[in-house]
Amino acid sequence: MGNFAANEGLSIFVILVWLGINAFLFVFFYMKYLGDSWFYTRELLGHALSWARAPAGCLNFNCMLILLPVCRNLLSFLRGSIQYCSRTAARQLDRNITFHKLVAYMIAFHTAVHIIAHLFNFEYFMDAQLNRNSSLLPFVLSEIGNGDNASFLNPIRSNETNPTIVMFTTIAGLTGVAITLALILIITSSMEVIRRSYFEVFWYTHHLFIIFFIGLVLHGFGRIVRGQTEKSMNVSNPLVCADHFEDWGKNDSFCPVPKFAGNPPMTWKYVVGPMILYVCERIVRLYRSHQKVVITKVVMHPSKTLELQMKKKGFHMEVGQYVFIQCPSVSRLEWHPFTLTSAPEEDYFSAHIRIVGDWTQALYEACGGDKTEPQEAWQLPKLAIDGPFGTASEDVFRYEVVMLVGAGIGVTPFASILKSVWYKHIQNNQEVFTKKIYFYWLCPETQAFEWFADLLQSLEGQMTEKGMTDFLSYNIYLTRWKETEAAHIRVHHEAENDPITGLKQKTLYGKPNWDNEFTNIATKHPGTKVGVFLCGPPQLGKSLEKQCLSHSEANVKFIFNKENF
Amino acid sequence: MGKIEWAMWANEQALASGLILLTGGIVGVAGQFRGWQFAAYAVAAGVFVCLLEYPRSKRSKGTSVERTGQYCFTVCVKSFGPLTRNYYVRAFLHAAICVPGGFMLATVLGCVCLGIASIIYFVAAIRGEHWEPILPRKESRMPVAESIKNPPQNPPPRPPAETRRKRVDDLEDAAYDNPISVTDN
Repeated sequence: MGNFAANEGLSIFVILVWLGINAFLFVFFYMKYLGDSWFYTRELLGHALSWARAPAGCLNFNCMLILLPVCRNLLSFLRGSIQYCSRTAARQLDRNITFHKLVAYMIAFHTAVHIIAHLFNFEYFMDAQLNRNSSLLPFVLSEIGNGDNASFLNPIRSNETNPTIVMFTTIAGLTGVAITLALILIITSSMEVIRRSYFEVFWYTHHLFIIFFIGLVLHGFGRIVRGQTEKSMNVSNPLVCADHFEDWGKNDSFCPVPKFAGNPPMTWKYVVGPMILYVCERIVRLYRSHQKVVITKVVMHPSKTLELQMKKKGFHMEVGQYVFIQCPSVSRLEWHPFTLTSAPEEDYFSAHIRIVGDWTQALYEACGGDKTEPQEAWQLPKLAIDGPFGTASEDVFRYEVVMLVGAGIGVTPFASILKSVWYKHIQNNQEVFTKKIYFYWLCPETQAFEWFADLLQSLEGQMTEKGMTDFLSYNIYLTRWKETEAAHIRVHHEAENDPITGLKQKTLYGKPNWDNEFTNIATKHPGTKVGVFLCGPPQLGKSLEKQCLSHSEANVKFIFNKENF
Repeated sequence: MGKIEWAMWANEQALASGLILLTGGIVGVAGQFRGWQFAAYAVAAGVFVCLLEYPRSKRSKGTSVERTGQYCFTVCVKSFGPLTRNYYVRAFLHAAICVPGGFMLATVLGCVCLGIASIIYFVAAIRGEHWEPILPRKESRMPVAESIKNPPQNPPPRPPAETRRKRVDDLEDAAYDNPISVTDN
């Protein structure tokens, strides 16, 4: 149970605190509108008033929160500072997108409650104007303010209208419709199916959030929610005067006509801070992207992988970080994330890009991938880089024993780590805290091995020279293989080097037996914290997480970190 | 990744609109609002739209992800043939369905959302997309192996010519005695 707390404890705590604040705000605002200054408003609306204002309060809070998890630069900066205090807290910042989605769901939920309550409110307001009978309090209340048009209670001012028209002629109504539509479009285009397949649709539609926030701030400017003014409360207490509404303002009555005013807009106070932070974030991204980036080398690897080696003035990276790359000649608006595959010790930085879609295909052609003769430097396209941004892989060197699991192209952050290990140990002879690395690469096809196999081969050679073969233990698993390959492997079974990779460590087939692997590592390294790092599909993440939880005992703890895009 | 299939987004939008229309209708009827007849219509229309849009279409490129339990809906929708296959029909159908929703506040949101879905379906139709049912693939039975019926046509593989050559100098130790002399080629 304790290992569950180590792995998940902080996340659960954060979510409970957030839910608690939501619940508190809901109840607080619900009770606020049960107060006396809203007595007459409740005569018209009943509890629907509170049901509308409570989610509004929660919406203010959640709309404040939603922009914060997507300020990548701010988060990277925070992560760097927090790391020195607590690794666990820093890991929490990796789950920013999950939190962003949770807050979005909460916004959608509160919006639904808010709208339904307001449907009732509009209906009741209309009812009050349509039942034109002076012996009914709601009608008398609706007639207030007809003269000066300022101290009225009922925002519907006549009976010759209907709720739909009123909605389209009030600021609150118009902005409400606009922002709800924006929210619905954002949500439908953010469904997993759309996001994974047509990222452009998701990304462009998501920018409707600009309309959302502008509308949200303007939503309260019409001051449509009206309560009794304090001055009026002093002279005309509703608890006393409500029953004598037929005598209000008459000479012999002690109850003057009550006066009403609207709430001042509150939302801007909640969202102005995060909006400014987000604008700063975008400015930082824009500034960083305008720094000149030079492509020093383009390498075309088999299995449709393109390697770009680049240089940029003042660029500094840590292991396993990622950057966003933009190529204006391909698309002016698209930025795509790629993990850096070079080590910080090298004088260039590189990314290995798999060609899977329109943008990557166009980038490949722009870099001259489909031409046979080499390109001149001036023919290469201009690029812009935003980043680097930190992720979980930065933590690798803080663990004594490390398990690295990469599936397919997910091996890229670990390429950076292994290279950095090579530089640190072999070239600089620095003392590293990490004593043992277990590396697992799961790959569906053999061709993807080539560029990474070269790296492993040189590492293998260097380690043998230095007599450090024990430091890195790697296992390559070929998860899908065909008859022809099997035949080739059968024939060369006795060869010293692996027939696929050329490495001394033989390639294994099928999927790893994680239970065995974890048990072996646990027995070999008692009393240590083992960091488990994964870059791969979610199902693998789930099974590894389960293994971490089940194999963490009193003396050895497996801490799970996942990289996600 | 690949070219955009607008119908996938239109489908999400239409399903969401159906739910919104349904919710607005329920509120209108339950609260006995003025114009509740439009709300009652919206309930029926919302249910209809949800049933129509629940089964996802098969993608022309790439893997299609089914919604849970959509198989029975797929069969129903498929049975309407060209009416449900063609996206022009769907676009006009949604545009027509959404209009009565505009007459009452509770259903206005559903009306506008469905209108937007109709526009996206229209774009999809112009680009030549159509609805394909996702049906489970029938397992093709393995054909009975040929080798059971036919005897082998070729002789068994032999060691290379080197070792097959008649070793006249060492007849006792030779692998076997060839009646015909063998040359390696």
